[in-house]
Amino acid sequence: MIAIPDSDGTGSSESLPPPTLFGLFSIAFRTGIFSFGGGISAWLHREFVLVRPWISEGEFMARMTTAQILPGANVTNLTVMIGMRLFGLRGAAVALFGLLIGPFFGVIGILQVIDILQGWWGMKPLLAGVTAGAGGLLIAMACRSGQQFVTRLPLLVVMLSTFILVGILRLPLVPVVLGLIPISIGAALWAKK
Amino acid sequence: MRDNLLIMLALTFIPYSLAALGGGHSVLAGIQHTAVDVNGWIASDTFAELFAAARIAPGPGSMLVTLIGWKMAGWSGAAIATLAFFLPSSILCLAAMHGITRYGETKWMLVLQDALQPIGAGLVLAGAVTILTVGEGNLLEWVLALAIAVIAYLRPSFHPLLLLSAGSCVLLAVN
Repeated sequence: MIAIPDSDGTGSSESLPPPTLFGLFSIAFRTGIFSFGGGISAWLHREFVLVRPWISEGEFMARMTTAQILPGANVTNLTVMIGMRLFGLRGAAVALFGLLIGPFFGVIGILQVIDILQGWWGMKPLLAGVTAGAGGLLIAMACRSGQQFVTRLPLLVVMLSTFILVGILRLPLVPVVLGLIPISIGAALWAKK
Repeated sequence: MRDNLLIMLALTFIPYSLAALGGGHSVLAGIQHTAVDVNGWIASDTFAELFAAARIAPGPGSMLVTLIGWKMAGWSGAAIATLAFFLPSSILCLAAMHGITRYGETKWMLVLQDALQPIGAGLVLAGAVTILTVGEGNLLEWVLALAIAVIAYLRPSFHPLLLLSAGSCVLLAVN
């Protein structure tokens, strides 16, 4: 993956059409409606880096890190940054709109279908299975993220405190997060030593 | 009255947009708490249904907020909730992007990354427990969830949708 050249005009990018606002919209739109069950970042990587050399590999990875650090859904962060990078604020707005408009109607449509099928005996276990599966995926995600803190105890303490305060004691999430940020910065500095 | 409802939806989701460290699913526990426990906007089992619908539908799993808005106030509720959840974080992201290209990656960014990651991970775990208790919450579902967690942990390459449908198949077969 690292072997992909940056956009330094070595020839390959000249044969491909330059980015257009409509192209940006249609990629964001397709990404939105064809990405089921997560893994949207991989889609964006394919569309913007591999299929069209609009963004370099290195820049995509850097933006991805930024998207993950900052609050908000990672995909939307990544998409608005790519849009901003290609066409400024206009591009960011078009990319965000394109990404969300399909899922907006899609999710409401799915809910209507579920409501219509409510009488069917299988609907309840089917949805319960999805919920259980999604819960399992979240546990796996937290564990994968948490394993890197095993060697950095202060950060593990922050993770478990967050979980206990919000997940077990059910304290309001936003104040807890605001209160934990300075503590966690201290923990991160301490763990670095 | 209706305008109040829309304003309340916006004021509810804007803070969650900015608190969603590490991704949209990290504020699941908070959204459930606000919508079900504190305000009683929707019943517990309805919340579970909306969550599952958002997971089956294409797009980010956070489209759950769209469905909460839809249940509360129809099309305008859905639109307001979606904007309130996705716009503030996007604006913050663009502002931060501007700052980062200007100052480059500093030591502080790495510290911030280290500091925010464990909070995000703890929130995701809280979200998992919340969504598993909000449904029927019986023993079988917990066992199923843990089994899927182990599979997803050991095999990150498995497509999420595959594991979600596996979960559904098991519960359909049992019933």
